[in-house]
Amino acid sequence: MSITRETVEQAARLARLTVAEEDKDRLAGELSAILGFVEQLDAINTDDVDPLTSVVGATARMRKDAVNAGDYPERVLANAPDRVTDFYAVPKVVE
Amino acid sequence: MSELNRLTIADARKGMAEGKFSSVELTQACVDAMQASTDLGAYITPTPDAALEAAAEADKKRASGDDGALLGIPLGIKDLFCTEGVQTTAASRILQGFKPTYESTVTSNLLRDGAVFMGKLNLDEFAMGSSNTTSYYGNVVNPWQSSDKPDMQLVPGGSSGGSASAVAARLCLGATGTDTGGSIRQPAAFCGITGLKPTYGRCSRWGVVAFASSLDQAGPMARSVEDCGIMLGSMAGYDPMDTTSVDTAVLDYTAELGAGVKGLKIGIPREYRVDGMPEEVEKLWMETADQLRDQGAEIVDISLPHTHSALPAYYIVAPAEASSNLARYDGVRYGYRADAPEGLPEFSSLEEMYATTRGEGFGSEVQRRIMIGAYVLSAGFYDAYYNKARRVRTLIARDFTEAFGQVDAILTPTTPSPAFGITEEPSGVEMYMNDVFTVPASMAGIPGISVPVGLSKDGLPLGVQLLGKPFEEVGLLRVAQAVEHAAGFNATPQLMA
Amino acid sequence: MAQTIKGQTGEWEIVIGMEVHAQVLSESKLFSGASTTFGKAPNHNVALVDAALPGMLPVLNEECVRQAVRSGLGIKAEINLYSVFDRKNYFYADLPQGYQISQLYHPIVGEGELTIDMEDGESRVIGIERIHLEQDAGKSIHDQDPHRSFIDLNRTGVALMEIVSKPDLRGGDEASAYMTKLRSILRYLGTCDGNMEQGSMRADVNVSVRPVGSTELGTRTETKNVNSVRFIRQTVEYEARRQVEVLESGGTVVQETRLYDPAKGETRSMRSKEEAHDYRYFPDPDLLPLQLDQAFVDAIAVDIPELPDEKRARFEADYGLSTYDAGVLVAEKETGDFFETVAKGRDAKLAANWVMGELFGALNKAGVELSHSPVSAEALGGLIEAIASDTISGRTAKDVFATMFETGKTADTIIDEQGLKQISDEGSIEAALDEIIAANPAQVEKAKENPKLKGWFVGQVMKATGGQANPGVVNKLINQKLG
Repeated sequence: MSITRETVEQAARLARLTVAEEDKDRLAGELSAILGFVEQLDAINTDDVDPLTSVVGATARMRKDAVNAGDYPERVLANAPDRVTDFYAVPKVVE
Repeated sequence: MSELNRLTIADARKGMAEGKFSSVELTQACVDAMQASTDLGAYITPTPDAALEAAAEADKKRASGDDGALLGIPLGIKDLFCTEGVQTTAASRILQGFKPTYESTVTSNLLRDGAVFMGKLNLDEFAMGSSNTTSYYGNVVNPWQSSDKPDMQLVPGGSSGGSASAVAARLCLGATGTDTGGSIRQPAAFCGITGLKPTYGRCSRWGVVAFASSLDQAGPMARSVEDCGIMLGSMAGYDPMDTTSVDTAVLDYTAELGAGVKGLKIGIPREYRVDGMPEEVEKLWMETADQLRDQGAEIVDISLPHTHSALPAYYIVAPAEASSNLARYDGVRYGYRADAPEGLPEFSSLEEMYATTRGEGFGSEVQRRIMIGAYVLSAGFYDAYYNKARRVRTLIARDFTEAFGQVDAILTPTTPSPAFGITEEPSGVEMYMNDVFTVPASMAGIPGISVPVGLSKDGLPLGVQLLGKPFEEVGLLRVAQAVEHAAGFNATPQLMA
Repeated sequence: MAQTIKGQTGEWEIVIGMEVHAQVLSESKLFSGASTTFGKAPNHNVALVDAALPGMLPVLNEECVRQAVRSGLGIKAEINLYSVFDRKNYFYADLPQGYQISQLYHPIVGEGELTIDMEDGESRVIGIERIHLEQDAGKSIHDQDPHRSFIDLNRTGVALMEIVSKPDLRGGDEASAYMTKLRSILRYLGTCDGNMEQGSMRADVNVSVRPVGSTELGTRTETKNVNSVRFIRQTVEYEARRQVEVLESGGTVVQETRLYDPAKGETRSMRSKEEAHDYRYFPDPDLLPLQLDQAFVDAIAVDIPELPDEKRARFEADYGLSTYDAGVLVAEKETGDFFETVAKGRDAKLAANWVMGELFGALNKAGVELSHSPVSAEALGGLIEAIASDTISGRTAKDVFATMFETGKTADTIIDEQGLKQISDEGSIEAALDEIIAANPAQVEKAKENPKLKGWFVGQVMKATGGQANPGVVNKLINQKLG
């Protein structure tokens, strides 16, 4: 399966990445090569095989319902690029 | 400059216990080495002052009877582990200046056992790479040089290139690495040191910057099998904050060292003999098998039929998980945020801020993998790619389970070649081939260790890999040490400090 | 009865499905140990995990799982012992991880149902597709700064149950009845507080229309985050009408997301963000599949309280109440329990009337919740007893109640203090009546001719007895004596 310029743009949009115009064709080629490589899996018969959910054979462990985190705004806000009182500030969200 | 930095962890522990030297002296030697070797680019954030302070503390503790397993031992920490108050970048611009307000579980464990941290070691950006040439903070240089082209800078391997280079150059006695598709084992092989990827779930991932959640595993990199065993004993442990960590007892991983391999069965998988593999790699692999046979092991020919699908499956699963794990780097709550367009007080929209920040903050390999990841998960392709890869993964894991019904350990080369030049590195899919021998074990979650066994025709280190059963690192290290002992590898890099 | 719309070209059926997001009642969040309490200072109820800092990992909260199972049992649903958490990937300011942990492929609860009660007394069974657990998002504030929005992650990561109905609802009345009943059930179970103004329960309303008789589904729109039962009805009615107009004028309904504007009473299209989201769901690799055992589910089943429908049926059977009255009393578990305490061992119909009439009236007027009623259930029961035993008349009881409400004193205390005991002793009433008859012969004659004038005598007896004569006895004696 070949990746087109449009696919690059779509993937970039999904991933919120800016790709320069001059890079789009090159990227399309690089991504096509990777996909071409991984497509060898098509040759493998996996009809009766379940997808591996986790190499850890176990199932989810749950924790008790207790408040034991939070209430430390400084720790979560410490590295904020733009902080206003106790909020994270971002460019205006257009709804 | 004293040569205390050239000791192994085991010898350093002994020396300090016997009062031959202090942690401060040992750490000073490492600090001197680190400061004399900045050309290697191994450290992103050296912390010499904090290291010496910690060393002094360790000496005090020792004097009052404390004897943590790593008390006073200077270690380097791969800059993927969040260290409280110390910049943690994942070798990316997008985390430049980020100072975690928490300590990862693995590094907490090391601190609990008295380790001294030398600083944060360089890596491929977000652990994506096999050459440490994608870091925003510069390439790492392998302290080994080819006899054929001594002026050419070589890659240390990746993604834990800084860790491997630092340990090989004796800038620290050991280092933490992480391994997702080979990122501990491959650089260990390229730099002539020992690197262990434990069983998935052996060490906690809490506080480790996530790349591919179902594959990432922290592990030790050091100059001997014993040292790796010592470090693993400290790093390992069930963590209730990491649901994927396994609640099984932490063992003494050095317990069976020296027990030898008599009566053990070692598997040689025929699929690891690949077309075009350099003769010297195959030769060392077979010589190692012979040495094990001489020591009383039985060498068994085995088949791991799905070996060659591991790499393509990995390059679907890992980017898919990464594309999701890296979505949090958006300039909102921490890390890099791009500047608003010239003359404007702000970006015109949040979306624009995201795209610019991430476009500027992530390097090209990371961006490539995120896009592939987003693509293989997208509507219409999920079954063809991601689900298919997960099914293949089941087959790969099954291969190993069946093989371990016949043998106790599996012996393979670690890499298909020795270290290559920074300027001659392959690109794209060819680069991915570096991981061909290491990826299958990652996909199956089993433990693997690389041990240096010889030199290439140009004097560069070559390693072999041993793979073991889940949670049987004790037995794995036993075999590894037998290999180490028989190989007697004692060459040192040209740029050793 | 299902509502239909009479359009210009014919009659249209309104088909509705609802996705209700209900915040789970629990101390801490679904995957972190931060508190869920409402109203804290911004970013105070935020754990490192909620802020999606590098290296953070989710750990599942057992109580949230129990609450989901409990809710499933409350709607007679299949509990899926095996379920998986998936990541729903998209970017938004209030979504720190860049994905929401939800359950797409294997939800914890499968098919169930609930019965809605319509105003005309009919009831209908509405199918429920599934319930799954997912994380709630944070909040953004857009009006504090001209160029910036502010993000508060307190709500991020709070557990939500997403309850998806089948498209079985027909009309705004049914949609609001469904929400009302669902809310009631969840409150009974204690799995959600149903506080729609605070946002702990909100609905995405999917509406489509089709000509009556058609079995194909029309294109639907989704109106998100409707947070009151009234708005749900209005959303359905507006949206259905809008779609009929579009279709009858030859257009097609655009499948899109809309928002309800209560000020205008309209739905409007949400400004479209590029193209439709591609959420790229995949199982969350930080979490292992959830495997419950039957014992876990059984332990929860044992503690399920009597639910509204069963309670209502029991009230009808045991207390002889009408379906309507029983329905009003069981709408809230508290009310039902209150009523039962009043009614046990007493005149149930009287109890029902007093609870629904005087008590509710007084509480509404004072703006007080039943849980804070100054008249306790026992106290009201005492008043009912006083009425039933003829100690006081119904009219006096109203005054006594008012005093009980004001002072919190018991009925007996007030009756004693104010000497309000009804005089039922025939002898003394007769004596008073005889005196009045003797003193007013002209009135007696008039009353014999015009029976309506007997009322005057009633009034006089009441005056003479300080209002405490038992009216029944008074009437009986007057009729005896005056014919």
